Amino acid sequence: MMTTAGASLTSVTEEHYAEPSFWRQYVFSTDHKTIAKQYLALALFWSVVGGLTAHIVRWQLAWPAGTRLGHRLLTPDAYNAMVTMHGTIMVFFVAMPLLLGAFGNFCIPLMIGARDMAFPRLNMLSVWTFFLSSLVLLASFFVPGGAAASGWTAYAPLSSVPAYTAAVLGQDLWILAVALEFASFLMGGINFLTTPLTLRAPGMSLWRLPLLVWYEACASLLFLLSVGPLVAGAVMLLLDRLVGTGFYLPARGGDPLLWEHLFWFFGHPEVYVVALPGFGIMLEILPVFARKPIFGYRTIVISVLTAAGLSLIVWAHHMFVSGMDPRLAAPFSVTTILISVPFVIIVFAMVATLWGGAISLETPMLFALGGLASFILGGVTGIFLGSETTDIYLHATYFVVAHFHYTMFPVTFFAGFAGLYYWYPKMFGRMMNERLGKLHFWLTFILFNAVFIPLFVVGLAGTPRRVYAPAAYELFKPLQHFQVAATVATLLLLASQLPFVANFLLSMVRGRRAEKNPWRANTLEWTVESPPPHGNFAAPPVVRHGPYEYSVPGSRVDWMAQDQRFEPAQAAGGG
Amino acid sequence: MDTLATSPSDVAVEPDRIRAIPQGKVGVWWFLASEIMIFGGLIGSFILIRLAHGGWHAEADHVHWRIGALNTLVLLTSSLTMAWACDAVKERDQRALKTFLFLTMLLGLTFLGIKAFEYSWEISDGFTPATNLFFAFYFTLTGLHACHVLGGIVANTLLWLCAVRGRRWPMIQHRVEFAGLYWHFVDIVWIFLFPLVYLS
Repeated sequence: MMTTAGASLTSVTEEHYAEPSFWRQYVFSTDHKTIAKQYLALALFWSVVGGLTAHIVRWQLAWPAGTRLGHRLLTPDAYNAMVTMHGTIMVFFVAMPLLLGAFGNFCIPLMIGARDMAFPRLNMLSVWTFFLSSLVLLASFFVPGGAAASGWTAYAPLSSVPAYTAAVLGQDLWILAVALEFASFLMGGINFLTTPLTLRAPGMSLWRLPLLVWYEACASLLFLLSVGPLVAGAVMLLLDRLVGTGFYLPARGGDPLLWEHLFWFFGHPEVYVVALPGFGIMLEILPVFARKPIFGYRTIVISVLTAAGLSLIVWAHHMFVSGMDPRLAAPFSVTTILISVPFVIIVFAMVATLWGGAISLETPMLFALGGLASFILGGVTGIFLGSETTDIYLHATYFVVAHFHYTMFPVTFFAGFAGLYYWYPKMFGRMMNERLGKLHFWLTFILFNAVFIPLFVVGLAGTPRRVYAPAAYELFKPLQHFQVAATVATLLLLASQLPFVANFLLSMVRGRRAEKNPWRANTLEWTVESPPPHGNFAAPPVVRHGPYEYSVPGSRVDWMAQDQRFEPAQAAGGG
Repeated sequence: MDTLATSPSDVAVEPDRIRAIPQGKVGVWWFLASEIMIFGGLIGSFILIRLAHGGWHAEADHVHWRIGALNTLVLLTSSLTMAWACDAVKERDQRALKTFLFLTMLLGLTFLGIKAFEYSWEISDGFTPATNLFFAFYFTLTGLHACHVLGGIVANTLLWLCAVRGRRWPMIQHRVEFAGLYWHFVDIVWIFLFPLVYLS
């Protein structure tokens, strides 16, 4: 490190590599690996809460309140709150901390051969801000009036007029919690964008970066560029609620559509902020378990940058029936259909990576493949929603719900589980139980499909979403057995996570101790101890080639760590 | 595909130009990019809605453009003193650094003070954020900007304290430059706000 900034970085890192107290080591840590685990713990906590909200929502849809099995206390307002919090929790408090906070923080410095992130104290501040945001959101469940009930999209004026829902304080706390969450991930994003630029090990050119690093950085950039307008919108929403401004009120000269534009300008890139790290995880796992290089590395990088750029100009496909100027429909349909192109390229590259590979179906690979297959289904159903003509019928039906669960669930949970099973040995120094892992996968995969295929059916039949009791309408009564089927599958899906919980917790104390590189993978995190020590690398590794040199012809072994030289197989006599 | 075809054991150590930039500077630029999007969203909304409502010329008559012009002068001068502070730190001139940082803080506080008086006059004249949509935007735009000015003053104060105690000289050099970048950004936002709010 020759720069003066480097000198200060060294002194910062040196002072926390002496033996720290319990508080400095586990609570107020600046080590990226500990911060990653803190994000992981919070994400896992919120996934339980988010799952419970799903449970309550689905129970009501299958067995409405007032019927024999119905929940006796669930009012329509409370139902709306459950729907709202389910979406809010899953997107902002599960997907982001898991995929960005946990995997981004853990993997980026290790994969580029760095000792830590560029700004370790900013990193600590980011996870503490997220913790604060979690407390605020949790509090919103228990205040008078309950949690926010205007949808995770918080459309005005339902969200901007306190009198319109019971959740007066709850909606204010929602705004505060989401704002704090944004601040947390902006801080994290600064680290994710600076570290791969400035702290790469010698020899690690940008084109030798593991794809996960590209995808995490791209997601961070997308978040950083798109969240601004929504921050502005949230300030206006809070002022409408607290001060009596009329930004979103037609009677005062305002416009509810302003909120929709500001929300979705961020909201659409946000789903790619979630999807990209999920894809990155899958792209790391597929070559390892196919023992084959990634197909089309540079094409994949260019495709993801293209998709990220395009994602900034598709947002109004969420607003085709909002009453916006109809002339906007055609251009946004065009850009939305276009964005499927780079994604299809990436999917084809993944399939081509598998083609002819020596595939072994360990749990991480099963989850990666299951995630890929499910995402493809989600993606193609998006075509119908991206084109205005079909979206007019499908908007706000369960078809939309099924579509986004077929995209978001795979990238969050399938890819998330894939990453957890894959990097658990590195994070915790133990192996997870493979049989429990496979059981977890098959149950999750089958039951996930069992939940959401019926929702495509009821959605195509016109069942509207966010409705307390669709069964009250004659039109939807014949579809009730689909709702019941989806609910039963949901309950079983939630129960199926128990093998994972048991596996995760028990392996930490009773799992087989993990070696450095149980998966024989090439990226740099597998060259250090499991778990890595403070500072990760005793000396900066020297990178000699890209991360996907598997099964190189003539090589002694079928993998080659990024800091290893090519080793030819024995010429004569030997095997 | 990258390297094995040529020389597998080659270590391509490029003199990365990005590594010559201090890390903190890269970080500050990312931060400023996110802030540009925040103000951009707010200002863009204001422009579009103002155009859709016919310009709000009658409502806009009630802002005090002379006060706004005075504040513009104050803020621009503070950017000048901030730039001089950055020069001083490059030349390791501790006295000049203390002076110029102090002046920047003073001018920033002056800006906020004038803003506070301006708000109080407008409110006592009966123009609050709830009065009409123009004033809702006026208070939100200038209020959010004022919060950012306050943040900058806090940062500059902390740096001034470091300069006064003569401590941590190598580290403060970069941080003054980062604070300077932030301060110039806050100034540029005002350069956009002033004509849009006061002069239109």
